[in-house]
Amino acid sequence: MEPLDPKDRAILRVVQTNATLSAGAVGRAVGLSQPAAWRRLRRLRDTGVLRGRELSLDLEKLGFGVTVFLGIKLATRGRVSLDDFERAVSAIPEVRRVDHVLGRYDYRLRVTARDLPDFERVLRRRIMALPGVGEVEANVLLSEERLPGPI
Amino acid sequence: MLDDIDRRILRRWQADPDMTAADLAAAIGLPAATVARRIERLREAGVLRGVHSVIDWTALGYAVEVSLRVQLDKTAPRAFDTFMAAARKVPEVTEMQTFLGRVDLRLTVIARDMAHWQSLYRDAILTLPHIAEIEALMHVATVKTDQTLPI
Repeated sequence: MEPLDPKDRAILRVVQTNATLSAGAVGRAVGLSQPAAWRRLRRLRDTGVLRGRELSLDLEKLGFGVTVFLGIKLATRGRVSLDDFERAVSAIPEVRRVDHVLGRYDYRLRVTARDLPDFERVLRRRIMALPGVGEVEANVLLSEERLPGPI
Repeated sequence: MLDDIDRRILRRWQADPDMTAADLAAAIGLPAATVARRIERLREAGVLRGVHSVIDWTALGYAVEVSLRVQLDKTAPRAFDTFMAAARKVPEVTEMQTFLGRVDLRLTVIARDMAHWQSLYRDAILTLPHIAEIEALMHVATVKTDQTLPI
């Protein structure tokens, strides 16, 4: 798509923090009329820059007190099918995100559990039982922030 | 604290965050005013922190995503605070997490291409304060991203 101009960037900053605003409210926040803001929002959606919306929930208040990031190295690379591993890991409901990465680990997982015993159960019964799983490193999430990025 | 109606709203909304309060009301079969009031209450209670638009950085020409795992020199006073304040000033940092574990901090950093990544890494990342060790995982593909919780 054509490069973003300052108004586009201002719009992205606004909707990044609040996606429920009307086109009129977005326009007021960045100094555009309602139709102008609406046109730009539609263009940002059509070109795929705005991919959709996301709810930000307080997981602890919903009873999910523990989030752990796991680094997983496959034990016998070449012999294990990546497809088999990916299918099996994606089927675990507590695993909320799986990224295939290059480096010290092969996969990066985000796991959400009710508490530490619940996490231990997921780790032992599900993660360690995955086909081809090798070294696993766990880091317990303490805090998290999302930043606006280069806009 | 949450009752059945709250849970139904959150379940439905998580599955499709693009829904408006009116859409949700229609889907669940409740008056729109009730759903709007419930959402307001979830916000006030801090369960719902917000609704954000998600930006697809690849659509804006950022083809490279790196997960940086950082260990800090904890003998330095206020190492975490100083590091985090400096990292927030790097526009290409889109996420930051702190952990209990082998890794102290994790950053998501995006770049347009490998040349851009190299200059960012040298000039903006390695110059961050109190780094004891740093390790990069290059993002290849997202296998699963599921923000829905079994609420």
